[in-house]
Amino acid sequence: MNNVIVRDYDIPANDFTAAGEASSSVRKILVQLGVSPYVVKRTSIAMYEAEINAVIHGHGGKAHVEIDGSKVYIRISDEGPGIPDLELAMQEGYSTAPDSIREMGFGAGMGLSNIKKHSDIMKIDTEVNKGTTVHITVFFNAI
Amino acid sequence: MTIEELVRDFGYKVITGSAEDLKHPVKGVYACDLLSHAMAKVNSGDLWITIHTNINVVAVASLTDAACVLIPEGIAVEPQTVERAAEKGVVILSSPSTTAQVCHEVLSMIGMKS
Repeated sequence: MNNVIVRDYDIPANDFTAAGEASSSVRKILVQLGVSPYVVKRTSIAMYEAEINAVIHGHGGKAHVEIDGSKVYIRISDEGPGIPDLELAMQEGYSTAPDSIREMGFGAGMGLSNIKKHSDIMKIDTEVNKGTTVHITVFFNAI
Repeated sequence: MTIEELVRDFGYKVITGSAEDLKHPVKGVYACDLLSHAMAKVNSGDLWITIHTNINVVAVASLTDAACVLIPEGIAVEPQTVERAAEKGVVILSSPSTTAQVCHEVLSMIGMKS
């Protein structure tokens, strides 16, 4: 597999009927490529959390995905409110999700820590009132 | 232990799932209502028990490759969720039993047959 597979997805705001579609699509591609179930699982978890964050907090956004022979790179960007205190936001259990989101089973403050745990490289660029971009890389040869 | 066998043995109601889908094996059980936690912990082939019936349950079940979702205590499943699950080939079962009872039922069967 020398070619790079590139995919772009729109993530609609507050639309839970479409939430997870981009992650599902990437999962399918990885399964078809014969990537190990462990890597598929890690990628699915990390990307789904970032996708849901964009839906809930970021007024929707975009997902850009590049898959080559050794890794999958995912960039989820939104033009939402940004994260004022990234260190605080990274703490497991910290959440700013409203009650309506909590009632659906989200908002436990696990999203960003789940992404960190299940990716090999995670980088967040964020600016208040400008938006947030989450970069996720998962290597295929991870143990 | 297949989904079909569990349906037969414990009278679970099939909300979504084709005859073919019901032949899939159930390898384990996971019970959790926090979707982020379930997303990270449900293993491929698990029967996942949750009281949530919103559409996100379908995405989590699909992404984790769960064997099926079981909604306990006879809780009604939102029509939108049923529709999406049918589209995605996600099996949803329903039972009047509690989460704890369903765990006991399914684990006892998996224990016997594996």
